[in-house]
Order: sequence, then C-alpha cells, then structure tokens
Amino acid sequence: MQYLDEFRRSDYARGLAAAIREEAQKLARPVRIMELCGGHTHSIYKYAVDTFLPENVRLIHGPGCPVCVTPRGRVAAAIALAHRPGVILASFGDMLRVPGDKGSLLQARARGADVRMVYSPLDALQLARQNPDRQVVFFAIGFETTAPTHAMAVLRAQREGIRNFFLLTNLVTMPPAVRAILDSEELALDAFIGPGHACAISGTIPYQFVAEEYRRPVVVSGFEPLDLLQSVLMVLRQLVRGEARVEIQYKRLVRPEGNPIARQRIDQVFEPVTVEWRGLGMLPMSGLRLRPEYAHMDADRVFPDAVSRRLEDPKACECGSILRGAKAPWECRVFGTACTPENPIGACMVSPEGACAAYYRYGSRLREGA
Amino acid sequence: MSGKLQPLRESHVLLGHGSGGKMSAELVQSVFLPAFHNPVLAALNDQAVVTVEGARLAFTTDSFVVSPPFFPGGDIGCLAVNGTVNDLVVGGAVPICLSASFIVEEGFPVADLRRVAQSMAAAAEAAGVQIVTGDTKVVERGAADGLFITTAGVGLVPAGRDLGPHRIQPGDLILCSGTVGDHGVAILSLRNGLQFDVPIESDSAALGGLVEAMLAAGGEGIHAMRDPTRGGVAASLNEWAMATGTQIVVEEAAIPLRDEVRAVCELLGIDPLNVANEGKLLAAVAPDVAEAVLAAMRTHPLGRQAAVVGEVRAGEAGTVFLRTQVGGTRPLEYPSGEQLPRIC
Repeated sequence: MQYLDEFRRSDYARGLAAAIREEAQKLARPVRIMELCGGHTHSIYKYAVDTFLPENVRLIHGPGCPVCVTPRGRVAAAIALAHRPGVILASFGDMLRVPGDKGSLLQARARGADVRMVYSPLDALQLARQNPDRQVVFFAIGFETTAPTHAMAVLRAQREGIRNFFLLTNLVTMPPAVRAILDSEELALDAFIGPGHACAISGTIPYQFVAEEYRRPVVVSGFEPLDLLQSVLMVLRQLVRGEARVEIQYKRLVRPEGNPIARQRIDQVFEPVTVEWRGLGMLPMSGLRLRPEYAHMDADRVFPDAVSRRLEDPKACECGSILRGAKAPWECRVFGTACTPENPIGACMVSPEGACAAYYRYGSRLREGA
Repeated sequence: MSGKLQPLRESHVLLGHGSGGKMSAELVQSVFLPAFHNPVLAALNDQAVVTVEGARLAFTTDSFVVSPPFFPGGDIGCLAVNGTVNDLVVGGAVPICLSASFIVEEGFPVADLRRVAQSMAAAAEAAGVQIVTGDTKVVERGAADGLFITTAGVGLVPAGRDLGPHRIQPGDLILCSGTVGDHGVAILSLRNGLQFDVPIESDSAALGGLVEAMLAAGGEGIHAMRDPTRGGVAASLNEWAMATGTQIVVEEAAIPLRDEVRAVCELLGIDPLNVANEGKLLAAVAPDVAEAVLAAMRTHPLGRQAAVVGEVRAGEAGTVFLRTQVGGTRPLEYPSGEQLPRIC
C-alpha cells in the first residue's frame, strides 16, 4: 500500500541498519539521541526500530506525548468541570484515561458525569451545536500539530455565534521544552530527532538554537520505521563529522518555513503563556491560551473552578524523570506492577505515545525470548 | 508481562470491562468465577462441554449490543445467530438449536424488529439450526439503546472429537481463515463517516461448514480453534499462550488484511489484530496436516484467503510475539482497556 509498504521494507531496513552500524563504529563514545515526539516513541516500539541499533546508540524518549505532559492539576480541573450540572466534557480518548487526584475522566463517567470521547475539536463543536442547552467543554491538549485544528474550531464557533462551546486548554509548544531539557544538568544528550508533524506547522527555524547555541544536531523525522532509521543515520553522520545542523529527513511533509497559513490561524486565536508541564515544571511562554477576544470560550475564565491547582505527582510515580529522559520506564519502581495501562498511576502509562505504555506493550526486554 | 491478570481495582464498571481483553478477563476472574465456581466454567472456553448420559453437549451464550444495529454486511440479528453458532463449532460441536432473547427499548420501530427477525431466520437456516425458544422484554425509553439480543446455543460434540487449548503443543502452526479486522472496521467506518468506493463489509458468517471441511482434511491433527471476536486475533492468541504455557510467534506480513481495513486502522491508529472478527477462525494444527487443512480451507468460500500466520513454540510461557513487516520482533500485547465499545 502506498506510503506504508515502501517505508516498512525489511530489505531496506537491513541496509540502513548496516549503514548505522558502520557509522557507529566511528563514534568515540556511546551516544544518546532523544526523540522529541511521542509519535516517534510509539513507532520505535511498535516496529521494534530500537532492535536494529548497535549497543553504542541509545534512543531516549522525550516530552512529546501531549497526554503525558498535561499536569495532574489540569486533569483534576477537567474532572471538576465534567461533574458540573449541564456540562458535557469532551476530549481525546487517551486523555480520558489519565488519573487526576480523584480517578480519571472515564471513572467520572462511570459515576455519572457526561464525558464524551471525540476525535477532533470539530466533533466537540458539533456536540455544542446538537446540545444548545448544554455547555460543551473541550479539553484541548496537544502540540503545534493540533493547534491549527483547535484554532479552526474556535473561529467556526465565533463565526456561527455558538455560545455554549468552551476550551479547557493545555496546548503547548515544543521548543521551550527542548531548551529546558538542554539546560537541565542531569542529562547528557548528544542529538535530537525532531518532531515531524509539529515541524510541518512550525517549520524548523524554531529549532535552530539547538544547533547554534547548544551544538547538538537535530534531524526532523517521519514516523515510519525506515524514516526513523534514516534519521538515526543522519544524526550519526553529523556526530561523526562533529557537525551540529538542523536537517530534515521528513522532506515529503516538512519545509523549513513550515505552514504559514496554519501558523497565522494559531496566532489569530492563541497567545503564548507560561504553563506547567508534568515533569518539567513551569516553562516560560511554552503554552497557548485564547486571546482576549475569545475569552468567552476560555473555560479557565468562564468557569472559575476550572482554574488549575498545582497537584504533585504521586510519590511512587517517576513520570517527571521519564519525560525529561533522565530515567527509562523500567527504572521506575511501580512500572508494570502498581502502574499498568489498565490502572495507570502516571500519564506516561496511558497514551500509546507515552514511553511507559509503549514500553509496557512492546518492550524490548521480552524480545530476547523470540 | 503484559498478559498477566491483576485483581479488579475499580469500584465501578468501566466500558473497558466489556472490551473482550484483559479488563474483561479481570472482571470475570474477580466477580463471576468465584461466585459460580465449577470445573466446566473454569476452563473458560468459548463453549462449555457437559456429558449427559454419554453424549457430550456443547453449550454457549452471547449477548449482542452492536451500535448501529444495521451495518454493511449484516445486522445485529445475523450477528447474534452466527456468533453463538461459531462459539459452538470452533469447539468441534455440531449445532442443534438456539434460543433468542430480546431487550427492546420502547419506541423501537416494529419494521426494524421484523427485519432483524428475518435476518436471524436466514442466518439460522444457513447455519442449519433452528431458533426454538426465546423471550422478549420491553424497557422504557432510555433504559436500553434500541435493541439488545442474547442468544444461547446447544450442540453435540461427535464421539472421538477433542478440540481445545489443552491439545496445543510446541511445533503447531497457527492458521487464520481470512482477512482480519473486517467486522470491527466496518462498524467503525460507519460510526466515523469514513467512505470508500466499496464499503467495508462485516464478515459475519457461520463457520460450521468451514470447520467440518477442515476436520475432514486434518482430523486429529487439528488441535484447537477459536473465532477471534472482541479483542481480535491478539486476544485469542494471548489467551491460548497463557492457557497452554507456550509461546506463539506471529508473522505480520503473513496475516491476511484488506487494504481498506488497513487504511482505516492506520488512519485511526488502531491495530487490526485487536479488532473484532465475526466470520473468521484461528486454528492450531499439527505441522504434518497443515498443508492439507490449508488446502481444504482455501476451497471453502469462507477460507479462500486462509494462511499460515504463525507457530507455537516452547519459549517463554504465555507470551505472543510479532515479527514486524520491517523485520523487528516485539511482543503482541493482550489488548486492554476500552477498545471499541459496542462492536458486537
């Protein structure tokens, strides 16, 4: 099938793996490459891409799973809103499974709250049209990739004069998180695999500082197994030559300038704001909130009880260290025992893009048996 | 690791408890098994086999809540007949008769009910069984959604036949009777308004004829069969691996899959191996009869695309691995959580 089979060919994968091994032999020391996007984390485990890599090349999972970086306080706010009479709380399926301090949105639904799973903010807008006597709150999460769709939903609601549609936002942008990770002392990273779909919107210019200020290569990658293997090879070639550049592997989708129309829509509707990230804390100007002219759709402003409290992560949970790449999933004490996809303690165990859930499902420790 | 069941922790039932995967198994293990405990139930097969005056009776029941009730390739009625028939025949039983109980929501159109009944009659005739008893309840509007159907079925296991996970052994090959994921994706496409030139149809069908053709070709070499409904191929194989203490290795590239189904799964981010089938079976067969069984399957209309998709090994007990198309190997997890509610 076009765009699937040709990017999953095992003969090409073997060829790339051989080229990676050859390049890796030239490395002076083992290298650690962080893939920034949760979609990459998922693909790496789903296709067992890591099993193609030599011992001295290690992939570290970054903060690119939108469900995972949403702080517990926001989940608690969503649950509080869901229990409000007259409210329909809608969000993406994975977000419904994340525990706050009193269970998840799915558990809130089992106790009587009206919680709906949707695939898009436009589906939530449709709910608002169909239920004019209810207040429909969309729990909006995501990176640059989904921000334009959220902007479209807001602009449509505005144009149609829909008064019962609100966003509880936890929209974030990747570059400030990358800077925070680079500034943290606990972590030694040699290079990054850049987020393909986020860069399709933002372009690669916002990542230039990684190469220029921090001297780390960035290769913006696609999501198929061959994309990821080729990106690793491109990273290694830069490292071997002592280069630090922003390169695009995902050329079939990403341009250096990104998608100007999508960015214009984002800027029209949202403004940068300092927000909390699970695991990374408060990051300056790393989030998006509705501009004042759309304040009447902003759940934080309309429903004062939605204002986030900061909630600490459960003591046993190490999602924070995992999201910073400081710990691997299996190094968390509750991984796979008290914390499983059915009964998650931390958000990293919820989304298929979360490092813990991906590792739990497809983890390589079990591969030895096959 | 991901296959191990945990004690139930939730205080309220979640949709995931009906998914057919790990959460369903945990609910059954924590609530129903302790209450009803007996050796026949404890086997947790698709059908119970009880011996009555020397005859081995197979007995099974299934409820159907699919939404919407009418879909390309079938409806809740034929699903209710075929699902119960299939639970009997994969145990080697020859179906004798069925019961059908209806929970109808006040206001449900009689024309639709008639259409469902006719569909059930046609499915029963095709499967060679009769619906000999039933029950009807009507609940007030909102207390149910349209129509729920429960069927039960009784069959006879011919003398000398012994099919089940207890006979699976290392070296067995895993056969799959055709394209996977068709039913679940047909329902999902309908719900999500995904349109194709040719609509994806449910594979709802009774498998008795195919099973008999296989048994005629493979005899005792056929060790076990399952129809991979909720939870899909991944759930069925994990249950086999856990029940038998074997390891199963599956070849991704060998699994029959329609292009349209694959496209929808890629689009929605779901694994076709976790998606429900309603007219397919998996078989664990001895390698020396595999070729003959496969040939017999391919001459039957319901098995034209049958393929060998994996093998049973003596490796780490209770695990299933997938050799991916690109050439890596990873665990094929036991599906858990809310996959696709009300798919059947």
